[in-house]
Amino acid sequence: MTEHERQEPELPEQVELTEERFAELEAEVAARHEAEERQLLAETSEGAQELAPRTSTSAGELRSEVGAVLRLPEGGYVDPSDIDVEERDDRTMIINMGPQHPSTHGVLRLMLELDGETVLRTKPVIGYLHTGMEKTGEELTYVQGSTNVTRMDYLSPLNNELVFSMATEALLGLELPPRAVWIRMLMSELSRVASHLMWMATNGMDLGSTSMMIYGFREREMVLSFFEKTAGLRMNTNFIRPGGVAADLPDGWEDDIDVLCETILARSYEYDELLTGQPIFRERTEAVGSISAEEALALSLTGPILRSTGVPWDLRRTMPYLAYDKVDFDVIVGTYGDNFDRYSVRLNEIRESIRIIRQVAEMMPPGDYRVQDRKVTPPPRARIDESMEALIHHFKIFTEGFRVPEGEVYVAIESPRGELGCYIVSDGTSKPYRMHIRAPSFVNLQSLPLLLRGGLVADAVAVISSVDPVMGEVDR
Amino acid sequence: MSDAAPATAPVGAASILPEVPRLPSHLVDQLAFPHRGTYKQMVRACRDAGFEMCADVCAVDYLTHPGRSLPEGVAPERFEVVVNLLSLSTRQRVRIRVQVPGSDPVVDSIVDVYPGADAMEREVYDLMGIVFTGHPDMTRILMPEDWEGHPLRKDYGVGRVPVQFKEAPGPR
Repeated sequence: MTEHERQEPELPEQVELTEERFAELEAEVAARHEAEERQLLAETSEGAQELAPRTSTSAGELRSEVGAVLRLPEGGYVDPSDIDVEERDDRTMIINMGPQHPSTHGVLRLMLELDGETVLRTKPVIGYLHTGMEKTGEELTYVQGSTNVTRMDYLSPLNNELVFSMATEALLGLELPPRAVWIRMLMSELSRVASHLMWMATNGMDLGSTSMMIYGFREREMVLSFFEKTAGLRMNTNFIRPGGVAADLPDGWEDDIDVLCETILARSYEYDELLTGQPIFRERTEAVGSISAEEALALSLTGPILRSTGVPWDLRRTMPYLAYDKVDFDVIVGTYGDNFDRYSVRLNEIRESIRIIRQVAEMMPPGDYRVQDRKVTPPPRARIDESMEALIHHFKIFTEGFRVPEGEVYVAIESPRGELGCYIVSDGTSKPYRMHIRAPSFVNLQSLPLLLRGGLVADAVAVISSVDPVMGEVDR
Repeated sequence: MSDAAPATAPVGAASILPEVPRLPSHLVDQLAFPHRGTYKQMVRACRDAGFEMCADVCAVDYLTHPGRSLPEGVAPERFEVVVNLLSLSTRQRVRIRVQVPGSDPVVDSIVDVYPGADAMEREVYDLMGIVFTGHPDMTRILMPEDWEGHPLRKDYGVGRVPVQFKEAPGPR
């Protein structure tokens, strides 16, 4: 009791004091929190990636969502009131297409604003397959690097390896033996054929032609089994490496190429019968998703999309790399830049690629398939048993890699989707300081708001397919 | 990629590039190093001189590699925005490298000159944290909206998955 009495007079005092101070402190802390939160929000809010109602969308953003890309030549903007973006929100509907939609070719998510069935605005929302491959590339040596880049555009992996290897070799100042160059060309063209066949298959599927789906995959399988024979793997081959290619072509490769070219060429004319002349297919592709040459250039579009508008820009011809200036082929162009033109460009490019492959097979030079520079390529397996030096070189290349002189370089090639570029900054070590891939699919996706505007939802599927995005490359 | 051939005489770019410091280009492309303030003017001048397409926009974080070779008169900064322009008519490329300080990573957007730079600038912003003023929709593009940090910066760590090599409990 005495204890209790003794504590009585003290406790209220203390409690009162603490309560006051507590309330003060609490208010202080709350105010600070609020300020911090407000500041954090102001500093970190990056805005919504999604398609927002028109009322909460800025004019500039709206312009890009309706695909109004063409600026006046003086550099001014097109006035938003010139294009009919005045639909009221309550008449329209914003819907999601994807990322799990079967025909969006992977995990592409489109947000569409619809008025009935007409598409008014589009916004591609990407990043669902982002795995930070550029960051990974900084952690891998140049020897390991090609295994990384090959996984970006998984439908034409050899082109990715090629551009990475060419950039590395440009920094090294390495001259390749002719056979390596021609093998690379052969594989790159085969890869283009496989990629376009895959596109024909999926595009056919999107338009309801299931047989095209089966045929496209069937022919592509022929190419992939040649890859398997040559490189050991069907996809993600890591066959083209800095310094040359991984292995020489297998015995009897000429016969395989002969059969492959003959079969695919003959079957490409079957596609004509199946699709090109078919009235339903033409109805669904002609004058759907048109784009003009100026718009395509302004949006940095490359590859079949640009060529379908009539611009004869093909890096194989205009800025030749490998030995493309020594083979004879045509650059295929379209006229109207619609779905049908993109289809015909790709179909005819298969034929042109086969023409190139036949010439390559004919002119394949003898010699070495890689640089015999022990600082870049490993010694043959047999040498390791005999030579101490070979063992050291082997060990060094596979543990540390090779050092690349300081510098930076941008190399671009024509992948099946357009300009595939590789920008490498080297700081003199065996890992790239920065490795950036200019992915054609990523850039080409910007055309969707323009291509889809004013079209029907049903055509959206066909248009997405005709842009041919590979999400592995878009998101990297 | 032939480095044997010296840089061909610049056709369209010669008249527009001289006022900015340049390096003798050892590879096919021409390099230009405009100041941050004049960068957009130069891009516009290039477009008018016949560089129809903006092929690529990317950025490099030189935090751990400060000693790169730059022409005289260009002070190295932490970031560098690299813009690749392509001329289809004269078949040449020019690579514009702009120094951007790490304390104030802001640079003019070129979207109103080349609309195609839209997604590329968003990517640079997302992964490198460089803000492009005048961009209509400066939001993240590859990473989720609520992501913290900019992954391609050199002070952003690489994610790792811990691996246990031995004495891990078995499945049963």
